[in-house]
Amino acid sequence: MAEQKKTYRVLIGKPGLDGHDRGAKFIARALRDAGFEVVYTGIRRTPEEIAAAAVQEDVSAVGLSLLSGAHMSLFPAVVKALKNSGAGDIPVLGGGVIPDEDIALLKEAGINAVYTPGTPVDKIIGAFRAACETQKSGRN
Amino acid sequence: MEKHPAHIDWEKELAKNLNRFPERKEKFTNHGGEEVPRLALPDKIDDAYVENIGFPGQYPYTRGVQPTMYRGRFWTMRQYAGFSTAAESNKRYRYLLEQGTTGLSIAFDLPTQIGYDSDHQMAAGEVGKVGVAIDSLADMEILFDQIPLDKVSTSMTINAPAAILLAMYVAVGEQQGIESSKLKGTIQNDILKEYVARGTYIFPPKPSLRLITDIFKWCTEHTPDFNTISISGYHIREAGSTAVQEVAFTLANGITYVQAALDAGLELDNFAPRLSFFFNASSDILEEVSKFRAARRLWARIMKERFNAQKPSSRMLRFHTQTAGYTLTAQQIDNNIVRVALQALSAVLGGTQSLHTNSRDEALALPTEDSVRTALRTQQVIAHESGVASSVDPLAGSYFIEQLTDRIEAQASELIAKIDKAGGVVPAIEDGFIQRQIENSAYEYQQEIEKGERIIVGVNEFKIEEKTKPSLLRVDPEVEKAQVQSLKELRQRRDNRKVEEALANLSECALSSSNLMPEILAAVKTYATLGEICQVLRKVFGEYRG
Amino acid sequence: MISEQLLRGLREHDPRGIARAISLVEENDPLADEILSSIDDSLVDQAMVLGITGPPGAGKSTLTDRIISKYRSQGSRVGVIAVDPSSPISGGAILGDRIRMMGHALDKDVVVRSMATRGRLGGLCAAAGAAVRILAGSGCSVIIIETVGVGQSEMDIIRLADITALVLAPGLGDDIQAMKAGLLEVADILIVNKADCAGAETLAMDMECIAREGGNKKNTTQVCMTTASEGKGIDELLAAIETVDASHRESGERRTRREKAYDLEVLDWAIEMIKPSIIEKIENLGHARKGAPRLLASKLLGQNNLG
Repeated sequence: MAEQKKTYRVLIGKPGLDGHDRGAKFIARALRDAGFEVVYTGIRRTPEEIAAAAVQEDVSAVGLSLLSGAHMSLFPAVVKALKNSGAGDIPVLGGGVIPDEDIALLKEAGINAVYTPGTPVDKIIGAFRAACETQKSGRN
Repeated sequence: MEKHPAHIDWEKELAKNLNRFPERKEKFTNHGGEEVPRLALPDKIDDAYVENIGFPGQYPYTRGVQPTMYRGRFWTMRQYAGFSTAAESNKRYRYLLEQGTTGLSIAFDLPTQIGYDSDHQMAAGEVGKVGVAIDSLADMEILFDQIPLDKVSTSMTINAPAAILLAMYVAVGEQQGIESSKLKGTIQNDILKEYVARGTYIFPPKPSLRLITDIFKWCTEHTPDFNTISISGYHIREAGSTAVQEVAFTLANGITYVQAALDAGLELDNFAPRLSFFFNASSDILEEVSKFRAARRLWARIMKERFNAQKPSSRMLRFHTQTAGYTLTAQQIDNNIVRVALQALSAVLGGTQSLHTNSRDEALALPTEDSVRTALRTQQVIAHESGVASSVDPLAGSYFIEQLTDRIEAQASELIAKIDKAGGVVPAIEDGFIQRQIENSAYEYQQEIEKGERIIVGVNEFKIEEKTKPSLLRVDPEVEKAQVQSLKELRQRRDNRKVEEALANLSECALSSSNLMPEILAAVKTYATLGEICQVLRKVFGEYRG
Repeated sequence: MISEQLLRGLREHDPRGIARAISLVEENDPLADEILSSIDDSLVDQAMVLGITGPPGAGKSTLTDRIISKYRSQGSRVGVIAVDPSSPISGGAILGDRIRMMGHALDKDVVVRSMATRGRLGGLCAAAGAAVRILAGSGCSVIIIETVGVGQSEMDIIRLADITALVLAPGLGDDIQAMKAGLLEVADILIVNKADCAGAETLAMDMECIAREGGNKKNTTQVCMTTASEGKGIDELLAAIETVDASHRESGERRTRREKAYDLEVLDWAIEMIKPSIIEKIENLGHARKGAPRLLASKLLGQNNLG
């Protein structure tokens, strides 16, 4: 059916040791309610584990959430791990308590987009949709 | 009209209490010089009043756990702090003590909370970020340098490795020449809420509960003034629960700890008085005040009716409060000062024993020294200027407050009954029942914000274009390198033979059913690291996978 | 060209190739035929397909995690298809079974794939069956299908398995009652998980009774007690699986089930293939939307059932 084609698969993960998953779980559910299939990998994962899961699940985008302040090392580490798994085409989006001046640096490090608290969820869903579309169209 | 016997009892108790602990002032007056009543009472005191509301310092403690509450002594103003290295944090603590804070509250970084040394692969990027990095007793010595441990009370937000940090604290006390029995403070030590809300677990529930009951037992004998646990609803609320769920899940966890301790052969009235609680103060002032009162009454009833606790202190729910981090906004951050003030007020009106007020910039980063000072000043204004501390439980008798108190208690008991039916908290965690309840509430709350049904000032209404960015406190990435280096040096400096011996003893002890505390204490004194000690326990106990 | 690369990846057990291949068949992509025809049927025949089902909260994922570890320690390459329901409203899904299995994330010989039911009328067996073939073709000798045993499509998918294990736990009373009717009948192994919790013994006794009931029909049903969170009872469970497998092979039950599963998959695929054209016709009905729907359906299919 036509609508099936539009079912995007995404992964929401929390790298590092931060256990605050309220935001990650909210985004996961909001994406589900917007029609996405969301693989949720839980808290306390290494970048390599997240990348391996993203590859096995054949997702079109990875969303990361982090509130511990370790984003500058962990977000780029996921990007790198994806590249190492031959999945550098999977875009990575980030969210959490992230100071403005870090956002530009993260984008330079290959993070597709970064969202901070207070961003309307529709905007985030839109970003995932766009990222998935780009990734999917780049495949064929 | 004749006085109710309970009223007469209370007056006697009060007289005794005033003798021992005189109030802060001879006379509490308002601006016009009129005296403020110590305790406002209804005209008619009947059995129903006594049973449900009663008198402060008396069962069921709806109106508070002490007869004079803040007229005797203010709540402890305790600001949670800690970041980067032990030396940096030590500076912040000494600053806070100078500014009039009355208790320390230590924030540890995530590797410390999860039992990894700073040089562990999993610690990369996290060292010193959300709290101070403690790898060994050597760091703990620096952390409390020039802070006399017999003069301060120290709260430590540490759970899975609580026994290790407590042992380090005791060891530092010994070095300062202070007996363990003189130490005052609290360890959070509440693993159950980690599985559902906060995530810093290490071991599976069963061995975790053993560690906790070992601590209860050891502390009864060695640190009688230490609160052995802080059963925390705070993080459950932060994860998105409602007020009712916060009370229900927290008290259900409390029940689990009490039962575990009883099963381990401990005497109820020996350990129960050292149980303490930790709640969230959110923005709905009246609901929060009612929540605190309901929690106190429900716990008293549980302890009396379910566990048959005899000592009054075993039935008292004493609690620390922190204002709600989740309500802080990254937009127009000065508004957070107002939110925090309202939330802090609810905690004081609800009869908290100690309070942490969040800083305005915490939705952005770690708080700066200036914003921490404002947060502390907020408490001081409530204490000294607002007048609410002059009378005990001043909102009692309000139709609204009493009805809401009743409702929260009833709904929370219902939820506790559901958990009982599911076989208790541990199976309810493994099923995901508790997590799902919290998740659903969190989702609904956030949806209300997204749809604009719930207005958050400055976020989805009353927005402005903000140009100037506040100055933020950042942890220098060099901190991690320095910490790893000093750990390396420690490993070379210490007597490694002794370390290995102590760790072998600990492993043997973990396999037996003996109390773990003495071996942990012996190990930290050899400068065995937190990660090494946890690794020994991981091998024996296994690891919990969320 | 892309398919060449993909097929090579599949042959070489490249995780990305396997994952892509599953997606393409799941999406009923034109490349699906090529992918599936490249798979060595003997590998599919040899693999053991284990179905694990049970009510929410019984501990299926934790148990699956432990079973994976055990098979890995025996040197088997393991594939897992974890099925979760799609939201009937949005069509989206949260696929969270993987959380409990993340300990295997870096093990190249454990391939976990989450799959949503996608609210299909049928189709799930087609997609899952194809995933089983791809996993088997990529060298997995044990393939676990994990699914919540509630909806009909989840029930159907279990029919793809050579051996079905039903996981129950004490304290889930009502759920179990609701499930008893359907799943107890198809289960070869009844697992009482959380064996350390109150009520486990009673539940196990109930299960023993059920297993012995109607003995003439199926007397091979095994009852196992596990505490998956502590890894207890897993050796016994694997032994039970082996017993059932051996008996099924001997009795011919295994072959019978494979044949039924095969037929089911063919049917499912046939429906999947027919569906788009029929849907298109239905969408363009316009004025033809009249009379009994059954008659119209016959007409659309180009059949005349009236005779």
